[in-house]
Amino acid sequence: MKKLLLLLVVMGLPIAAAASGGEGVKLDAVKIDLNDQASLQRGARIFVNYCLSCHSASFMRYNRMGHDLGISDELVKENLLFAADKVGDLMKAVMPKEDAKLWFGVAPPDLSLEARARTPEWIYTYLRSFYRDDKSPSGWNNTVFPHVAMPHVLFEWQGDQRAVFKTEHGMQELEKFELERPGTMTPEKYNEAMRDLTNFMVYLAEPAKLVRYKIGVYVSGYDNAQRRIRDDHARSA
Amino acid sequence: MSEEGVNPQRRRLLLATSGLGAVGTVFALTPFVLSMMPSARAKAAGAPVEVDISKVEPGQLLTVEWRGKPVWILRRTPEMLKALTEDEKFLADPKSSVAEQQPTYAQNTTRSLKPEFLVLVGICTHLGCSPAQRLVAGTASGLGDDWPGGFFCPCHGSKFDLAGRVFKNVPAPTNLQVPPYSFISDTRIAIGVDKQGAA
Amino acid sequence: MQKLLTWIDDRFPLTKVWEEHLSKYYAPKNFNFWYYFGSLALLMLVMQIVTGIFLTMHYKPDTGLAFASVEYIMRDVDWGWLIRYMHSVGASFFFIVVYMHMFRGLLYGSYRNPRELVWLLGMVIFVALMAEAFMGYLLPWGNMSYWGAQVIISLFDAIPVIGQGLSEWIRGDFVVSDATLNRFFAFHVIAVPLILAALAFVHIVALHKVGSNNPDGVEIKKKKNANGLPLDGIPFHPYYTVKDIVGVTVFLMLFSAVIFFSPELGGWFLEHDNFTPANILQTPPEIVPLWYFTPFYSILRANTFAFFGIQAKLWGVIFMGLSIMLLFFLPWLDRSPVKSIRYRGWMYKSALAIFVMAFLVLGYLGTRPAAGPNLIIAQICTVLYFAFFFLMPWYTKRDKTKPVPERVT
Repeated sequence: MKKLLLLLVVMGLPIAAAASGGEGVKLDAVKIDLNDQASLQRGARIFVNYCLSCHSASFMRYNRMGHDLGISDELVKENLLFAADKVGDLMKAVMPKEDAKLWFGVAPPDLSLEARARTPEWIYTYLRSFYRDDKSPSGWNNTVFPHVAMPHVLFEWQGDQRAVFKTEHGMQELEKFELERPGTMTPEKYNEAMRDLTNFMVYLAEPAKLVRYKIGVYVSGYDNAQRRIRDDHARSA
Repeated sequence: MSEEGVNPQRRRLLLATSGLGAVGTVFALTPFVLSMMPSARAKAAGAPVEVDISKVEPGQLLTVEWRGKPVWILRRTPEMLKALTEDEKFLADPKSSVAEQQPTYAQNTTRSLKPEFLVLVGICTHLGCSPAQRLVAGTASGLGDDWPGGFFCPCHGSKFDLAGRVFKNVPAPTNLQVPPYSFISDTRIAIGVDKQGAA
Repeated sequence: MQKLLTWIDDRFPLTKVWEEHLSKYYAPKNFNFWYYFGSLALLMLVMQIVTGIFLTMHYKPDTGLAFASVEYIMRDVDWGWLIRYMHSVGASFFFIVVYMHMFRGLLYGSYRNPRELVWLLGMVIFVALMAEAFMGYLLPWGNMSYWGAQVIISLFDAIPVIGQGLSEWIRGDFVVSDATLNRFFAFHVIAVPLILAALAFVHIVALHKVGSNNPDGVEIKKKKNANGLPLDGIPFHPYYTVKDIVGVTVFLMLFSAVIFFSPELGGWFLEHDNFTPANILQTPPEIVPLWYFTPFYSILRANTFAFFGIQAKLWGVIFMGLSIMLLFFLPWLDRSPVKSIRYRGWMYKSALAIFVMAFLVLGYLGTRPAAGPNLIIAQICTVLYFAFFFLMPWYTKRDKTKPVPERVT
């Protein structure tokens, strides 16, 4: 066993060294809390009002979202149903895909599963990393997703950022963002709004997550009790 | 098995029956095996694709789909073309000697009809991944100071230069494939069809 | 009741089968932790078949519909998410259980005479299971599904002369396409499961013919009492059925913990890139198979040199095939006079430790980009992996062994 451990250490070292190098852009941590229903509701409102104009979430139904987030069908109908007729409809983008492709060069991707495909940290950082770039066709660029076709839709909230780069080991790295023109939100408020949106997109990527944790506690507890009974049984057998 | 008590005539009969049975089995299996070959529909698919290249800036790469595969159209800058003459020391097949990997009109240093435009099937000749673009030379590529610019396959680490020529000592055996293509005009390319006709 | 049983027994050997395989099947009394994994493997086979049947009710094997139908199961079908996670997490747990089961064989020499055929059948099951998992992974039609299939099927291209035609025959097209998805679905849901079930049955029948091995590697059939029953044996039922039920409940606790709290397991059981639909124009930045294939995948890409006039690509394929094939030959490579690791000397113990380490390191490296130090470590581990087999006849013969007791301890 000792030999095995020694081998493990000797062989593990170079791997740990190799694994630590070659990181891409630094992503910011974000607090995801699906029990925070108010945050999910705020996120849903931003998503439906801004994202859904161009992006679909075509695996999600309005009424499912309303039900999960504590919004009644009537409220969904009044406040969130711009792009569909029935509350049971899927959340399709307002803009037809062909038009969007013509405008942006690429069709905006479906966002249903974005949080699972990219990770929440990626989304949270991406939404806060738009900066002014005169060389880009939209006038915007993004440090997380260089040359992204999407312009900064929420620039009125965040304001205009300029990116300051430094060069390290021959690689250009982001040093910091400088706010050139403040938006309608303070940076703290904007971060909070983007956290709500990210939180919502985590829910959107896997609605079952809301119930999964709750049931999980019961099932594990049940298994545990069953095992005790059988253990006793095995001892007496 | 003992030879005693064996009726030779019956044994011959048994052998003949088994032999015939085996032949019959092969015949019966054939349709099932052949049914798995590419169907007529699969063979018919794959019409030539026309691409407008007027909006491709120097140094830019455009990806289009042809026969279910990604095809790259790269407009090379003069520096990129210069790099092609200097990177031979890295390459396994700088002269593009494997005939199947390109039409004869692309069997040159730039592997193209017009030096500026490179047309390649963006599928690694190793195991079929689509290599990533590392078009810019030097350290910023993450592939070392002497990187001449080219493509890097993330799957198994194969490297190709800006003409799709394969590096030495990488898993990929041959240069990237140049599809048959032709210029309809200065700004339009047809992929899958050339002077010799449609591929 | 008795009358009914007699009626059945006159027509079908029910009591006989029950006795032969359960109530009067004598298993060594010293089974330990490692002997849980056989019954757990059977449990996982049943679990995958049952959950698979229910997924088939909603899944659509069509490139235009497949991805959406999986999300339909995850969202619109009542409890669909649970069944899907049971199946996807189940696949990983199946492999965990099978690898532990195989490691048990290496620890206690379970592949040795007279159990060679049990081992060979088990190896065929392992290969069939890999095929099953590989084809199942294409079905969600995510980007990793697509490119994973593309890479693995392209392996066949490396075979001289027939390679190209063979890979076209497998795909049913010139690229991975709807035809490929459709046939993989057919193989995944009917052909391979049938084979697996049949093989599992034969595996157990073969085992019960020769009797179970045990941690001491002693044949319990050699020492029998006056009634002709093994002195060190106990009936499988009720002793081991009850023991196995305990194992099953502990196992299910772990299983459900993963299902409910971390079905992706940080990308190890469900990969991030598979939540994007297949995109034939773009390979994911880091294409990796799921963890249970990564050791072999590492071996595949470890070799970057052409030698003996054969290109590096074909060598990679040969090495990967060989790394699996060699396991089949274990019963004949091992020349030790003892079976169990308990009575072997330092040579086999170290060899096994190095082998397991190499296997795990290869598994980890298979998930990392193949460049720089990673590649060199993978090459070293590949050599160590093969050394375990090729040097086995030598070191198992030379190794100093301890005397094996007459009876189990």
